[in-house]
Amino acid sequence: MKIALFITCFNDTLFPNTGKAVVTILDRLGHQVAFPEEQTCCGQMHFNTGYQAEAMPLIKRFVRVFSEYECIVSPSASCVGMVREMYRYAAEVAQDAALAAQIDLLAPRVYELSELLVNKLGHEDVGAYYPHRVTYHPTCHSLRGIRVGDAPERLLRAVRGIDYVPLPAAVECCGFGGTFAVKNADTSMAMLSDKMRNITGTRAEVCVAADNSCLMHIGGALHRQRTGVKIAHLAEVLAMEEQV
Amino acid sequence: MKPDSVIIELSPEFSVGAKQALQNTQLRRNMGKATQTIRAKRAAVVGEVADWEELRDAGERIKADTMAHLDVYIQQLEKNIQAAGGTVHWASTAAQANDIVTRLIQATKSKHIIKVKSLTTDEIRLNEALEAAGITPIETDLAELIIQLAHEKSSHILVPAIHKNRSEIRELFQKAMHLPDLTDDPKDLAAAARTFLREKFMSVKVATSGANFAIAETGSVCVVESEGNGRMCLTLPDVLITVMGIEKILPRWEDLGVFMQLLPRSSTGERMNPYTSIWTGVHPGDGPQEFHIVLLDNGRTQVLGDSVGRQTLHCIRCSACINICPVYERTGGHAYGSVYPGPIGAILTPQLVGTEHTSSLPYASSLCGACYDVCPVKINIPEVLVHLRGRVVREQHTHVTGWLDPESIGMAGLAQVFGNRVTYEAAQAMGKLAQWPFVHEGYIENGPGPLGAWTAMRDLQAIPDQTFRQWWRERNKHDDNA
Repeated sequence: MKIALFITCFNDTLFPNTGKAVVTILDRLGHQVAFPEEQTCCGQMHFNTGYQAEAMPLIKRFVRVFSEYECIVSPSASCVGMVREMYRYAAEVAQDAALAAQIDLLAPRVYELSELLVNKLGHEDVGAYYPHRVTYHPTCHSLRGIRVGDAPERLLRAVRGIDYVPLPAAVECCGFGGTFAVKNADTSMAMLSDKMRNITGTRAEVCVAADNSCLMHIGGALHRQRTGVKIAHLAEVLAMEEQV
Repeated sequence: MKPDSVIIELSPEFSVGAKQALQNTQLRRNMGKATQTIRAKRAAVVGEVADWEELRDAGERIKADTMAHLDVYIQQLEKNIQAAGGTVHWASTAAQANDIVTRLIQATKSKHIIKVKSLTTDEIRLNEALEAAGITPIETDLAELIIQLAHEKSSHILVPAIHKNRSEIRELFQKAMHLPDLTDDPKDLAAAARTFLREKFMSVKVATSGANFAIAETGSVCVVESEGNGRMCLTLPDVLITVMGIEKILPRWEDLGVFMQLLPRSSTGERMNPYTSIWTGVHPGDGPQEFHIVLLDNGRTQVLGDSVGRQTLHCIRCSACINICPVYERTGGHAYGSVYPGPIGAILTPQLVGTEHTSSLPYASSLCGACYDVCPVKINIPEVLVHLRGRVVREQHTHVTGWLDPESIGMAGLAQVFGNRVTYEAAQAMGKLAQWPFVHEGYIENGPGPLGAWTAMRDLQAIPDQTFRQWWRERNKHDDNA
């Protein structure tokens, strides 16, 4: 199947290994990956911070760049959520009926990685090997936004060699929240301190999630505290293979 | 100038009040314990109801229909209350409502009133208005009484004294009720309050209340409570004055069946609340002989005019969103500076009083969505938060100074950068160059300018040498050569 990769500006710039991992996984499963190079940013940061007028050209750009693809995947639940949950509302605010119609056609074809693998393509074991103690934080946008369900956990449990340990109070927000993390830095950190206590309490080596934005927040504090616990995007775990 | 209702304090920014609250160890402990306990109780009793999601859908539908035809239902309610011997008053502002209530009490010559717990009377600051007119309001809900005796403001819509623990309450009662030997056993505290309040119930002849629901087709008014003190106020006095927001109307008697299932489970985590009082006008020889209801607008019709914001008026004040909110859990209610704290407060307050003094409230959320999931009438709080953020920025941009705000300049610049592939890729390259003086071992630990708000508390992973798209091009070049 031909699958277009919506890398997101954030992963393109800060977490390129996540994108490489998505390509590795889809390659391994026999799919053809396309990367439309005209893509930039979905507009989520602008839109969710209130800069709706500024986000509109970015939304239109996304629709223009991706409309020709049948199936689109992204390693970011929050950016997928932006497209699926907020684009329609944005078009209504802008009173752009033509855009709304295009969004109605495009949005259902945009998948988060674990959704695509488990729910659309029917894979749980993607042939990964990762001999580490791992815990999983379900990010708010994956859990309550686009509702990926237990797809990420099913993928993780199928990884060979993994020592998967559930995270206590997993459903609670880590405190990232986009610009919330700097506009309300103190509250954000108070939320993160409880999340970190739960993560370190599992004695996991690695904290995995489906959003690098939340992971940058979590990982930034794990590093500041010198906990020795690493972060990894779900795709990076699923891309690992046994070296023979 | 401070709006004359809703807002308690003009705190400059949510983040400022939050920062103070976060440092209060006792508050963090009290709030953490209280919210975790009530969340677990709610989850347990909601889990028992097989058709919970259908009930939520029904609640949402009834409320949406009510808002769509509010003009019809509100006149029906007025007619039916009048037919049952009640008097209906209309107030478009808080000041008008306070004037009406004050004049009604003055007509009775009573210098005291007893009060049923009511958010709406808190919203219009009825107590302040009455005190200014020489009338003493006595709160009879235990938590409201605690707050009144402490001269504090509520920090939660359902349990206003949630920020206080029993030793703090004991000290308060010892002083206010002259009980030096009082212990901090909850039973003793409740007994002390009972003795104090019984004397008021037996002697004060005028009461005020809010309302949880009013049924248009019958003209009945409903108050839901736990302690029974509300029922004392609703039945013992000669005169009862109810202040109700116009959005509390339900069209039909049978609608109450849906909400009596949704409200107690969402609110106190109980299958059924202990006291539900419903009255229709007046009845000779039974209960108050004079009943007045003040129907309050105070910004509500303006909210109704906004197609996205309108769902905020569906709120039945259960407080499930407040209890589940990870922000509220840590900051408590006072940081919101409003009678309505938490997620519902963050969307209701700015809509009722405008964004001038409340522009930080729609940002007092990580948009985690837990509030939407627990809301018994399915108010999409994250959507309304984002909607209001849009309004805040649009209003900010009506002034030149708004455009010159550093965040605004940065956002406009970034929008330009993202608007074009060439500028986007150039910015990626610039970012890699610009970061080098600050990067140590792959992390920025002390970032300049706006990065400082991040790195004050967290390290920041540096931008790697190669972007994904550079890797992709290189890979395809190799593939082409192969």
